Amino acid sequence: MSVDVLPLDASSSPLAFWSYFLDHRSTDLGWLWDHTWLSVVPVVVGLVLALPLGWLARRHAWVYPPMMSVTGLLYTIPSIALFVLIPPLFGLSVLSPLQVPIALSVYSTSLLVRVVADGLAAVPSETVQAATALGYRPLARFTRVELPIAVPVITAGLRVAIVANVSIVAVAGTIGLDNLGRLFDQGFTLSVNEPYYPPIVLGIVLCVLLALVLDAVVLVVDRLLTPWRRAVAAR
Amino acid sequence: MIGSVLGWLLDPEHWRSTPFDTGIWAQLGAHVGFTLIALAIAVLLALPAGLVIGHTGRGSWLVSAANAVRALPTVGVLVLLVVVISPHFYGRTNAGFLIPTEIVLVVLAVPPILSNAYAGVQNVPPQVRDAAFGMGMTGPQVLGRVELPNALPLIFSGFRSAMLQVIATATIASYVTLGGLGRFIYDGLAQKDYPQMIGGAVLVAALALISDLLVALVQRYAVSRGVSRRFRTDTGPDSRTAVLVEEDVR
Repeated sequence: MSVDVLPLDASSSPLAFWSYFLDHRSTDLGWLWDHTWLSVVPVVVGLVLALPLGWLARRHAWVYPPMMSVTGLLYTIPSIALFVLIPPLFGLSVLSPLQVPIALSVYSTSLLVRVVADGLAAVPSETVQAATALGYRPLARFTRVELPIAVPVITAGLRVAIVANVSIVAVAGTIGLDNLGRLFDQGFTLSVNEPYYPPIVLGIVLCVLLALVLDAVVLVVDRLLTPWRRAVAAR
Repeated sequence: MIGSVLGWLLDPEHWRSTPFDTGIWAQLGAHVGFTLIALAIAVLLALPAGLVIGHTGRGSWLVSAANAVRALPTVGVLVLLVVVISPHFYGRTNAGFLIPTEIVLVVLAVPPILSNAYAGVQNVPPQVRDAAFGMGMTGPQVLGRVELPNALPLIFSGFRSAMLQVIATATIASYVTLGGLGRFIYDGLAQKDYPQMIGGAVLVAALALISDLLVALVQRYAVSRGVSRRFRTDTGPDSRTAVLVEEDVR
């Protein structure tokens, strides 16, 4: 958590962010790594939880409205409040490395349950009937017919969730948890007397780049999982 | 821990302002104030723009551009604007913190309102629009009397998404030494007064939930039953299902 001694004689121009990065490379790369896993792991956890929940909401129509109300309520809670509320609810210490991943998993699950349920609902009923007629049992039909067809909707939701996470993780930097948000904290602290832009600009640039890269990764996964769409387009 | 948080929240001393401390009521008022100013400006800017873009079909690049803003980290933009703008304000006012905060809040509230107003008008079935023109309505009449009422569910979901984001970000604004309910979170953290910090978080969460509930109630009465199909207790997907464009970045 220690902040290095900063060379304040260095240029405070916004464009000096690159030399700032080079000067504090190991710290900044560490925060970039923290930021990356904090953005990605909760989306994976959220997807793993949302698949059975979404399937349940699709399978039993009466589950859908209450489940959407609960996930909607959870998604309504502002991120900084959820970060602070997680430790007492889960019996963790006040600043625990687990509070951010838990809070973000709650958000990602809330977002993705609706996406999975709606993606499954969009599978044409003729397709489901055809699969049943071919002898697919419910579980196999779900994993091999319904889920693949719902992939484009689900990956669209994943893109929203992952880009949102990159922004929310930075919020945790303001309460002193390690990630790229700490660059904003540094920049604000160093700007008490006169503006010192490099860490702030660096933080924004790295966050946007990370969001773009993670978004692109989801797009690539989407392409790999849906080869039939390219086949149709090529014809 | 839960007991001491309740104790903090239920202590009437914490709700009143003293010469040394701002109480919960005053910070709540400040928080609601920032939120309402930002939402009013954002609605004035984004709602007419979204409706017109959806109606004419021209300028949809503006919607894409507004959506691209969502990839920016909110905290970073907030800190950057405060650092850039606040040196231009001196004296005892907090304008140097208020103005950048409001700019950030408006910037965040515009994309959901704009893109949902646009999508709401775009999603009006073409037959409905054609029928309105066929009955002799002019362009503005079609927009005001047919497309707007049909787009209301999506417009409301965009507004709700914007409002939640503004409430959440106004909390973080306390980090740049502005008032609001976030004060309790950051002061509690700085003073290691954890009941205050967690109590502040409870208040922020309650404000968000109650505000959303109030707007949901308004929506229930503002949206025509012909549009919401709320003739009986129908358990279909609700209006919030409609599009992914409303999802937000917090």
